[in-house]
Amino acid sequence: MTDDELIWRIAGGSGDGIDSTSQNFAKALMRSGLNVFTHRHYPSRIRGGHTYVEIRAKDEPVKSRGDNYNFLLALGDSFARNPQEEAYYGNEEIKPLSENLDELREGGVIVYDAGLLDTDEIEDFDQRAEENDWHVYDLDLRGLAKEHGREVMRNTAGVGATAALLDMDLEHIEGLMEDAMSGDVLEANLQILEEAYESVKDDYEHTHDLRAPTGSHDEEQVLVSGSHGISYGALDEGCRFISGYPMTPWTDVFTIMTQHLPEMGGISEQVEDEIAAASLAIGASHAGAKAMSGSSGGGFALMSEPLGLAEITETPIVLVEAMRAGPSTGMPTKPEQGDLEHVLYTSQGDSNRVVFAPGDPAECYEQTRKAFEIAYNYQIPAIVLYDQKLSGGHQTVPEGVFDEEPNPDLGSVVTEQDLEDAVQEAGRFKRYMYDDEEGSGFGGVSRRSLPGQKGGNFLASGNEHNEVGHISEDPDNRTIQMNRRMAKLDAIREDLDENSDHQPVYGPEDAEYGILSFGSTKGVIEEAVDQINESGHSVKSMNVSDIMPFPKDEVTAFLEDVDEALVVEMNASAQFRRHVQGQLGRFGEKLYSLLKYDGNPFEPEEVVSGFESRLGGEADLSEYNVRIESATGD
Amino acid sequence: MSAFNAIGEEREIDRDEFTPEIEPQATWCPGCGDFGVLKALKQAMPEVGRTPEETLLVTGIGCSGKLSSYFRSYGFHSIHGRSLPVARAAKLANPDLEVIAAGGDGDGYGIGGNHFMHTARENHDMTYIVFDNEIFGLTKGQTSPTSPKGHKSKTQPHGSAKQPIRPLSLALTSGASYVARTAAVNPNQAKEILAEAMEHDGFAHVDFLTQCPTWNKDAKQYVPYIDVQDSDDYDFDITDRGEASEMMQEAEDALYEGTVLTGRFYRDADRPSYQEEKQATGDMPEEPLAERYFDEDYEWERSYDLLERHK
Repeated sequence: MTDDELIWRIAGGSGDGIDSTSQNFAKALMRSGLNVFTHRHYPSRIRGGHTYVEIRAKDEPVKSRGDNYNFLLALGDSFARNPQEEAYYGNEEIKPLSENLDELREGGVIVYDAGLLDTDEIEDFDQRAEENDWHVYDLDLRGLAKEHGREVMRNTAGVGATAALLDMDLEHIEGLMEDAMSGDVLEANLQILEEAYESVKDDYEHTHDLRAPTGSHDEEQVLVSGSHGISYGALDEGCRFISGYPMTPWTDVFTIMTQHLPEMGGISEQVEDEIAAASLAIGASHAGAKAMSGSSGGGFALMSEPLGLAEITETPIVLVEAMRAGPSTGMPTKPEQGDLEHVLYTSQGDSNRVVFAPGDPAECYEQTRKAFEIAYNYQIPAIVLYDQKLSGGHQTVPEGVFDEEPNPDLGSVVTEQDLEDAVQEAGRFKRYMYDDEEGSGFGGVSRRSLPGQKGGNFLASGNEHNEVGHISEDPDNRTIQMNRRMAKLDAIREDLDENSDHQPVYGPEDAEYGILSFGSTKGVIEEAVDQINESGHSVKSMNVSDIMPFPKDEVTAFLEDVDEALVVEMNASAQFRRHVQGQLGRFGEKLYSLLKYDGNPFEPEEVVSGFESRLGGEADLSEYNVRIESATGD
Repeated sequence: MSAFNAIGEEREIDRDEFTPEIEPQATWCPGCGDFGVLKALKQAMPEVGRTPEETLLVTGIGCSGKLSSYFRSYGFHSIHGRSLPVARAAKLANPDLEVIAAGGDGDGYGIGGNHFMHTARENHDMTYIVFDNEIFGLTKGQTSPTSPKGHKSKTQPHGSAKQPIRPLSLALTSGASYVARTAAVNPNQAKEILAEAMEHDGFAHVDFLTQCPTWNKDAKQYVPYIDVQDSDDYDFDITDRGEASEMMQEAEDALYEGTVLTGRFYRDADRPSYQEEKQATGDMPEEPLAERYFDEDYEWERSYDLLERHK
């Protein structure tokens, strides 16, 4: 591994301020001109329990958490102790140090809080440090924090020590502290920061080579998560109504939206359950607002009933599905891509929905905008599918991505004039009108009126209904109305092919092999593609973001072009591969799967090894929690 | 701006305007109490002064759910138990609409019980009509949450072991600011109560006793009604929670003993509606959200302006 990059891991107990400290440090790195990618690892516990945040920073674009890491700041789990200084949970206090050693690179740096941690408690620590050429610095961060402020400020001491060891300027860190704090708290933190910095500079001999990389940005960058991307995309589309029930990791979008909606003249509703949440979105949209709801696996299960209702009443809504490991409540704070089929097929009957799966925060923004546009133009539920990794992971994104005009257009809604004309011509407005026997006219779309519009009254019914909205079981009407609703997906596919970005392909055009993926694995696969090509193979990747309607032509062209393709996804049953084969009806013999479902996202090295193992069988996958599954074709 | 040009239209309103071109006989049996609800609702509308087009009627499913089919207005025929969440969001998005939600006792007190409790708690400004016939009708006569203890049906062949739900008390303890009970065979009172419920600024719950001549021949709905306001035997203050609660419990006990008490049971005219509460905390715009999409001069805020905190 090259060391032109810093992968800094801060570890401690959940609730010890790891998240906020790392956010600030990540921003400081960004302000110094670097590109940044963050990865959160945390247990389903409020306080205590081993947690870490990893920040990867380099001059070049960073697309994944990278392979392992090279700097550990181990703070100790303060919640593992009770007030009498005795451990609550046996030896958990030492975990921020002991649990992280396996992934620390050779030659890596360790700073640990000697006020809380003792390397003697880890049996083979010295031996491992020597074997791996680790450079270990012990510093009483807790003591330092207590001396000048409060114990909780030992994070700041750790950041000061980090800066000293990496030869970083304190300027950006201090600037961020000044933005976030004031008064005595700021004073104390600044003092602790500087004390730690000076103490490391003066009292420790630096034996390591690792230094903070330097870089510069061509344009202003912002540090945002996928959840920010989705929220900001929704806001720019004029979404001013959100309803939800808290569930990790969907809560990220729900809270970001709620934070902004009141001041933007919008409405956020925390309601009794997810059935209500999706139903509220339907009610708000029916009355003429742009509305969104969402959840994670278990909560989305409750939404399957209103999802079908939105489809048959043709009420536009956007639902967000933030996947976490399942089944059932599974692993609340761990990413997985196991809800793909759940999202594609949930609900009764032949129901249609549109599904987008963005691959990074910028795509989260763009595709949420697309989801709203499609949902409102075609009166169909649209789902933005992403996962826990993308939900909370932050990444530097050019500010320009967000510099787009708002689009508050409600889509296919009639005007007063339309209604007057309709009443004059036909005696009344035909909400669910069709123009031919196939019912496929207007791309399946029949414009809607809003309650309060004169001449536009109609019944939106979850039962099958005729042109004016009356419940009908007439076989001819049923067939035509079904055809009309089913025609939407083809029209949407055409629309997307003509008017939106295509599925990104990465790597040499004439590559021999392919890697196919969807959603948050995009960046890690692109990094793996670079590594594989550097090692002499020839491979390209495609990250599919339009899950439904599926971009058949594009994916077919990609797969026809390669000898064989590896479908990489974070689930145990190869759901995406099944979807691809089902949609294309071929390529069974060409598609191999690389699956990971241990609760952690892929690292590039795993994708590289998976690829090599498939090709020549020489790579040993036993050290990873990944599995290769053979092609199912002949 | 006149995006919703039917709203606030001042004119003489005829109850026949609320009659669509299709006939309720399509679903409802002869002698069904649901006809009484439909009639009372149509009669109440001119009194409230609302046109079909500024009215949104959201229903669940079942026989009661068909109300939106036989009542001409903007309608939303949703799913079993879900009329309230659909209705309350429509009201939030456009508070100028007259929003009515309706469903049956299974719909409202069973599958939708959770929504009932929370909509009442929040005191949304809407009217909620529950068709209470103590039976599941459209699925052919199963025991419902208001069926009396011991009620026998195909799903409870040995008689129900459950106490029936107490809808009036439940509405009160959940936070409804208007609670009444009326009956299909008492059309004048029903009309008056529905009009009052619609004019009430808050969540108005009307437990509407309806007879089911097909599946629930034993129900009490055929016995004479007593209006607690008209009778000298019942003296209580409908604005006093304690007195209202006692009276409700008496009415709920009496129902299964053969005495049907109807009328107004509780009214709190002072409690702000949810919309007012939300506006007071700055959580909701003063102007209807739905209007904004038609306002060409409105300046939509951009996410770009939020990026400072991410730099």
